[in-house]
Amino acid sequence: MSFLELTQGPLWYLASAVFVIGVLWRLIGILRLGRSTDRSVARASGLGGALKAIALHSVPHGGNLKRTLYHFLTGYGFHLGLFVLLFFAAPHVAFIKGLTGFGWTPLPRWGFLIAAEAAFAGLILMWLRRMTDPVMRRLSDADDHIATWLVFVVMLTGCLALQEAHDSLRALHLLCVEALMIYFPFSRLMHAFTFLFARAYTGATYGRRGVTP
Amino acid sequence: MKDLPDTGPATPPPAPERKIDAQAAIDHFIQGCGSHIGSYLDACIHCGQCSQACHFHEVTQDPKYTPALKLQPITRVYKRHKAPLSGVKRMLGLVPPELTPEYLQEYEELIFDSCTLCGRCTEVCPMGIDIASVVALSRQAFVAAGLGPPDLLQAAETSRDKGSPLGLTAEVLRDRIEWLSDDNEVEIPLDSETADVLVTVSSIEMMKYPDSIVAVAKLMNAAGVDWTISTKGYEATNFGYLAGRGDIAKIMITRLVDAAESVGAKLLVIPECGHAYGAMRWTGANILGRPLPFEVVHITEFVAQMIRDGKLKLRKTEESVTYHDPCQISRRGGATADAREILAAYSSDVREMDPTGNHNWCCGGGGGVQAIGTAADLRHAVFQIKINQVEATGAKTFVSACANCRLTMDESREVLHWPQKVQSLVEVLADRLEN
Ligand code: SF4
Ligand code: SF4
Repeated sequence: MSFLELTQGPLWYLASAVFVIGVLWRLIGILRLGRSTDRSVARASGLGGALKAIALHSVPHGGNLKRTLYHFLTGYGFHLGLFVLLFFAAPHVAFIKGLTGFGWTPLPRWGFLIAAEAAFAGLILMWLRRMTDPVMRRLSDADDHIATWLVFVVMLTGCLALQEAHDSLRALHLLCVEALMIYFPFSRLMHAFTFLFARAYTGATYGRRGVTP
Repeated sequence: MKDLPDTGPATPPPAPERKIDAQAAIDHFIQGCGSHIGSYLDACIHCGQCSQACHFHEVTQDPKYTPALKLQPITRVYKRHKAPLSGVKRMLGLVPPELTPEYLQEYEELIFDSCTLCGRCTEVCPMGIDIASVVALSRQAFVAAGLGPPDLLQAAETSRDKGSPLGLTAEVLRDRIEWLSDDNEVEIPLDSETADVLVTVSSIEMMKYPDSIVAVAKLMNAAGVDWTISTKGYEATNFGYLAGRGDIAKIMITRLVDAAESVGAKLLVIPECGHAYGAMRWTGANILGRPLPFEVVHITEFVAQMIRDGKLKLRKTEESVTYHDPCQISRRGGATADAREILAAYSSDVREMDPTGNHNWCCGGGGGVQAIGTAADLRHAVFQIKINQVEATGAKTFVSACANCRLTMDESREVLHWPQKVQSLVEVLADRLEN
């Protein structure tokens, strides 16, 4: 079995299983922690509050946007760039089509370049901030750095593999993706899902009070 | 005016050597870790944006006042004992160490002195994490371990033993009401057999700002409300709630519920006090374990309704006014608009602070911080933010609707030599009554 076959076969299935089972395990586990009923008389709808909070917290409110503009721009640059790459880079579209039978128009090369630049710039600038800002330095732990570096390596090997000139580069990219998928459920990368829970819980609690904090 | 001694607690005796039971804190954290807390702890991405919204960080620029750091003690316990997949991580030795007495002590200042439970950090957090509620839970765990500021804990215990944190016993209440009633020629019903509305008091008002009580009485009487205060349950402040003493919080809530039930009140009015409103309106039923048998409103909600119903007529002033939003009434209480309705009826020149409403800055003394002696310097420093906000409006009158905020601001303005008077919304309103 070649290196590429290994990363496309057994390793891929292993990583996918760990990712799917791990993420579900963790999300269900969080929900199973349970929460006591709020017996206060609601002023407004909790569900409405949850939905509002999910939308509203995509932008800092209360006049705080200018105070957190760096995070806002780098965060959006990175996340949007990454999503575009993940779902619209030509090899990914082909890969998803092979897996599910569904395909869509991939990004042209210039689109890929813009998305990749935004993602790289966002990620690097966020990491630089993590290394230099006293508040972020104080908060950061190993998980923050491992996650950043894993994503960085995945994106870098992805760009290298883009031409599909060398199987080994593709295999290397896949290997990095698989490492990321296995690491994901055990790490803070889970925020990709838990952000919905956190926003919804706060939104529901304060939505009942008639506020969206 | 009859001279009554201020029966506030004497300076607490020097704290005895503390025995810290870290296991008690761990158990409390494990028990309190519901799915909302789990979601918060799993979602925090250590971005630090919350520091930009916290007044303690704002005035000191010290990274230790980053709100997210206050999540760390419970995060340790969660990751070690409760988080899904923590079993796998434990086998691999990848969980954080157990809480120790030293570690807890290190975080004590962050959990008590430097969090006013104002909830401002949540607004800026991309995950929407409600750090204040985690701090409230952490206070309970810290207190269970034998930690916590002695003066705050003393205030809670005095409330339990004497009926109020400032020693406002039933007898003192009776005396003071008689005195206020005689002196101001206003009827203040006490212990009526039945009443539609039970009005509660804050001992801060009763002992330090008694004119507020007179103002409430004038407003109630002018609106023709069938109301009473009751010696069975009168203290609206809940230092048990603020000090992480769930048992005392429940006693305070129960007293008010018993009093309201005994007079058959369908409505309970919370006076100008922010946390009292939060404690009763939003957590009272949860602490009690059953729905409250009456409606709870803050005095600003009540007065706004009376104005809406045409029961209170005011002579509008042209003097400019600005309003400090008590965090627990606006941002965390949802009664933001009611104060605005009152202000609009009171003055033709209402000047909002920047930021205002749900986004307004805290006074620095909420969440029990006002009662913590070691936090005094820090909260005085924080008050500079409010001074700047008020001065920028250029308003002549500066009001709030929380006696605790008022006391905090009065103390700080004295230290910072700021001449602007802090007034109570109900007091300025009562002076403009037409009927
Ligand atoms: S609740 Fe208020 S005081 Fe506490 S950490 Fe958040 S912003 Fe700071
Ligand atoms: S803003 Fe929210 S996610 Fe960021 S560090 Fe603070 S609590 Fe954590």
